This record gives sequence, C-alpha cells and structure tokens, in this order.
Amino acid sequence: MTNTPEKTKPLVLVVDDYQDAREMYAEYLEFSGFRVAEAKNGQEALDKAFELVPDVILMDLSLPVMDGWEATRRLKGDARTKAIPVVALTGHALKGHSEDANEAGCDAYVTKPCLPDALVDQVKKMIARREAASAR
Amino acid sequence: MPGGGLLAVPLGRSGAPAAALLVVGLPGPSVPDDVAWVASCAGPPMARQLASDARAPRRPEPDRLLRRVINAVSDPVLLTDTEGTLLFANARAEGLLVAGPDASPGRTRAVELNQRLFRETLAQGGMSVNRREMSLVDPLEGMDLLFELATTPVLAPDGPSVVVSVLRNLTDLGRATQALGESYRQLRATEREARSERHRLDRVLDSVADPIILTDPAGGMVMMNDPAERLFAWPHEEGNGGEATLRRVRSNDALFASFLANLLGPVNAGVSRWKSQLTLDDPDTGAPVPMEAMANKVLGDGGELTGIVTVFHDRTEVLERARLLERVKEVSSELEARVQSATAELAEQNEKLRRQAIQLEQASAAKSQFLANMSHEFRTPLNAILGYTNMLLQGVSGEMTPPQRRNLTRIDSNGRHLLEVINEILDITRIEAGRMPLHLSDFGIPELLQEVMAEMDPIIARSKLTVDTRLDEGLPGVWSDRQKVKQIVLNLLSNALKFTHEGGVHVAAEYQNATGTVAISVKDTGIGIDVSNQEKIFEDFQQVDSSPTRAYGGTGLGLSICRRLAAMLGGRVSLQSAPGQGSTFTLHFPRRARRT
Repeated sequence: MTNTPEKTKPLVLVVDDYQDAREMYAEYLEFSGFRVAEAKNGQEALDKAFELVPDVILMDLSLPVMDGWEATRRLKGDARTKAIPVVALTGHALKGHSEDANEAGCDAYVTKPCLPDALVDQVKKMIARREAASAR
Repeated sequence: MPGGGLLAVPLGRSGAPAAALLVVGLPGPSVPDDVAWVASCAGPPMARQLASDARAPRRPEPDRLLRRVINAVSDPVLLTDTEGTLLFANARAEGLLVAGPDASPGRTRAVELNQRLFRETLAQGGMSVNRREMSLVDPLEGMDLLFELATTPVLAPDGPSVVVSVLRNLTDLGRATQALGESYRQLRATEREARSERHRLDRVLDSVADPIILTDPAGGMVMMNDPAERLFAWPHEEGNGGEATLRRVRSNDALFASFLANLLGPVNAGVSRWKSQLTLDDPDTGAPVPMEAMANKVLGDGGELTGIVTVFHDRTEVLERARLLERVKEVSSELEARVQSATAELAEQNEKLRRQAIQLEQASAAKSQFLANMSHEFRTPLNAILGYTNMLLQGVSGEMTPPQRRNLTRIDSNGRHLLEVINEILDITRIEAGRMPLHLSDFGIPELLQEVMAEMDPIIARSKLTVDTRLDEGLPGVWSDRQKVKQIVLNLLSNALKFTHEGGVHVAAEYQNATGTVAISVKDTGIGIDVSNQEKIFEDFQQVDSSPTRAYGGTGLGLSICRRLAAMLGGRVSLQSAPGQGSTFTLHFPRRARRT
C-alpha cells in the first residue's frame, strides 16, 4: 500500500481533541497507506469534511466547541458529506453511547482504547463496504 | 085433709127466734094436748142446740183485715186441722200448696206432692214438736226448697181444734251457710297460700344478694332480707363481734334512717324515689362497704303511702372495676404517648434516613461520575501508550533490537493490565449505576467456551497447566446475555490460572433439567480458600490476602463483578473449596433469561 500513488490513496479525517491520540492514529494510518487529515474539534471537522470530502471520518465523540454527535448529525444532514462513513470513537464507556452514536448517524462504533491496527481494520472495512455499495 | 089441717108450732125458747118448726097434721079442728108437751119438751134443747151451732161455725173465717194481715206476711202461713187438711193459706202458702182448677198439670202435681209432704211432716211427732224441717218443691221453678215448719195448735173453746203452721224458707239460709263454709274454707286456703307465698317471698328476698328493706310509712322496719339483716340487724349471738359490731350496726341504721328521711314526711310527698350512695360498715370486719341505695315508695290503691322498699347494691366491684378501667386508661394513654413519641422519633429517623439515602444516592452518583471521568482520563493516555507501543512493535518506526522489543512488550503487557483494572472499575460502576444493559440472544455454550479458551490460550500456554473442558451431552442452546456469560467464565478461568501452580483446570458445562439452569464450573487444583474467606472474596476490593506483602495481585473486583453479572442473568456463582485442595467456582444461570 505504501506504493500506491498519493492521489489514489483514500483520505481519512481523524477528529480527536487529544493530540497524541490524533497523531498516533494519523501516523499509523499513513503507515498503513492512507492519506490523513486532522481536526481538533467538531467545527474543524465540519470545515475539513466540506473542504476535503474524505473517504472515511474517525470521529471522537467528546470534543470541545462542537461535540462529535452534533458534528456527525450535520455531516449526515448535508448532501455533500452524507455518504461519508463515520466511525465513532469514544473513551466514555459508561453511558449507552453506541445508541446515541447510531442515532446521530455513525456507521460504526469503536471504544477506546482501540489499538491502531484494530482501527485501521475498521477503516478498511468501511471503505470496502462503501465501494461495494457504489459498485452496485 | 078433709076437715083437718096442718098445725105449725115454733120450737125454741120464749122470746127468742124460733129454732125449729114443729108441723103436725091435724085430723080435726082440735089440737091435741100432746102437741104442746112435745113442743115444750123439744123446744129448749133445740134452741140450745141451735145457739151452740151458731157460736162455733164449721169453717170459721177470719175477718178480712186479719186475712190481709196474714197475706202480707212474707212467710207462708197455714191454718189446718190436725190432720193437715188445709183450712186457710195466705198468699205465700197458696203458691206452694194450692192449685186452682185451671192450674197446669205440673203445678197441680207439685202442689199435691207438697200437700202430702206437708201432711207427713205435720204428722211426725204430732203436736208435741213444733219446729221441724221439711223440704218442698217450688211449683214454679221445680227447685227443692228447705223450710222450717213451726206449728202452733189453736184449741178453740168449742169447735174443732186447728193448727197454725208458719213455714220459714231456709233455702237461702242453707245456701248462705254453705257459701259461708265455702268462703271460710277458701279463706283458710288463701291464708295458707298467703303464708306460703310470704315464705316464698321471704326465701326469694333472702336469696337476693342485695340487701332489701321494707319500711312502714313512718320509717319503721317491717321486713328485711338476710343480706340486709347482716348489715342492719342486731346480731343474735352474743359476742359476735361484740361492742364494735353493735356500734357499726347502729351507725348503719342511722345512715339508713337519714337516707330514708328524704322520702318521709309531708315535705317529701311529691318524691316517689330516692337514690343515693352510702358507705356502710361491714358489722363484722368494719370494712367500708360502698353501697348504692334506691328507695321506692309503695303506694296503696288510694295513692297513700303504705311503705318504702329500699334495695341496696354493693358498689365495691363496680368501683374496683372503674378503678381498674381508669388504671387501664391511664396505662393505655401512657402507652399511646410513648407510641406517639416513638412514632415521632421513628418518623424523624426515617426522615434522617431518607436524607441520608438521598445523600448516599447523590454520593453514589458522584462516585460513578467520578469513576467514569477518571476512567476516561486514564484511558485517553493509555490509548496513546498502547497505540504507540503497538505501532513500535509493528515496526512503524523501523526495526528494533530484541532488548527494545522485549521491553516494549513489557510496556504493552503492563498497559493492558492497567486497562483491565480500569475496565473492571468501570464495570462495577456501570452495574451499580444500573447502566449495564442486558443484551439477550440465542447462543450455544460449546462455542462460547471455545472462544474463551482461544482468548485465554496465550496465558494457558504460559501457565504449563493442563486445561480441559468437558461438555454435558445434550447441552441445550441458551437465551441469555452472551457477553456477560463469557465475561464471567473468562474471569473464573483467569482466576483459576492465577491461583494454580501445578495440576490443572477443568471447565465443565452441564444442564440441570429440573431447575432449567445451566451450570458452568471451573475447577482448579490451586491453593484453595478457607471457609471463613469464601464469602469475603465476592465483595468489592476484597482479596483473601489484602496485606501490602500479598503474593497475588489484582483489584479484587473480578469475583464481585462475576457475582453481580450472574445476578443480572438471574443466576449466581457458587464456590466449593478448602485450603490446599483447590476450588470449584460454578456459574448457575437460567437457560432462558427473563427479560427484566
């Protein structure tokens, strides 16, 4: 995958307010053959998503300025971005966040801690599903 | 006769009316001398004879006045000859003894019978007995009448002797005598009855436990029953209590007298009854006898006072009962007050408890929130640590030397352990906060155990213990929370591996048809647990050895979580163990969980 030309590499938008986690996922995704864009909060995520139209969005749910649920809801409500798969990422295991995340329009749900390889697997699964859907 | 004729010579005394006529037939005109002699011889005796006849007539008749007088006599009066032949009867007597020609045959017969009876009675004893009894028939009524017959012979100086009979009707008298006798007998019977009645009354009155006294209108004692005597009468026997008894009786009498005064005298004429409380003395013992006295006036037919009846009623028992009742009321109100104060205290404590419960709830919620936040704060950096470690181990930053790789592996394993602890704390928090939902589904135990074994494989491999599983044949599929069952079994197995140094661990699953439960047991040959600690190890943060120098690590939350999760499934975790002999932990849960 490392040999895939830059333009053809899928673009993943990693949204996380925790810098180390964001950069870690970004580094591993790039290592795994993806292009990566980063956003620190919900508002940034929206801006980047509209601007770049990524192939997959990894969305942390607890975010400053605008939380992940709201951002997801808006992405799914916008024609430009509503087809982009959103994988929800959360460190909060207490509340029934998965239901909320599904309600907001998330396509998958991953609980932190999530090892980079597991996350990459999830991203690949999303892309495969999307390709299968568009191929039909 | 030719030439002759008849000669009539008056006979009798000279100068007096002739007594008879001597008629002589004369053959010639001359009168024989014999005629004059005969006339002189026969004339005076005939005149004498004639005179005596005139003085004593054969049926002497009283004159009319006398007859009226006699008729007015109410008793029958008769005049008969000595044979009993009726010469005269007054009106009363005629009613009995005379029947006119036009009388009825019945009356005629009755009169005939009466006449015969009368004659027979008169004949008895002749003239010497002048009073006797006889019975006649009343011709009108046919009833027997009893008469006394009084006869008086009347001897005329010349002429037949007659008998005057006076009948006195004794019938009524007889009846009266009879009635009198009857009355007397009745009187005696009544008297006897009255006497027995009186005795009966006495006995009745005596049998009444309450003293009863009958007093005359002046207040004098007329009668008292035995109970009254005991209180008010002078003791019969000498030395029965002596002076003291006498004094008490006197005092009782005085009390009674003053009580009666309320009904006596003209001032109290309008009062018919008087009720009062008297405290008498028991004559024998001197003990006070509280009495209720009720006096009633007894009035005669004319409304006059004939006596006063006083009935006493001993109030000792009533007063005692009232006293007891009062005491009971007191105690009950005391009790009520105590209950009230206790209730108030209880309410206060309840309120305190309620506040404490709220505070506890708030504290618990705060704790859950804190743990959740803390867990998040732990997991975020841990996520980075594990992520980077993972990346480094994958050679993202280039190949590493074996020592680097070994050390990184240790960082990874420690990080994972830390994550496990955090997860356990989070699990407890979620269960306590009721935020651990049940996700029920159909699944099979064999597959589940296979998964568990696969996950534990690295640890099993490291432990060098023999681990085997034995599944009951015909183990049915279950309807439960697969994730929770798996978590419990994983936990039990990891515990068994942790505390077993040699030997093996046996995992077995069986279905108990009778109870409809599945039992998954994990049996080890480890250190075992003393009975005294067998309950403790299921509590939060408890380990058998919680000293700082303990040999085994862990949060002490694993079994606590197992027990809570099992409870959520409607099951439980049981333990059989003894020190040095290994332990068997068993999860029992219903094959079909009830949705809660």
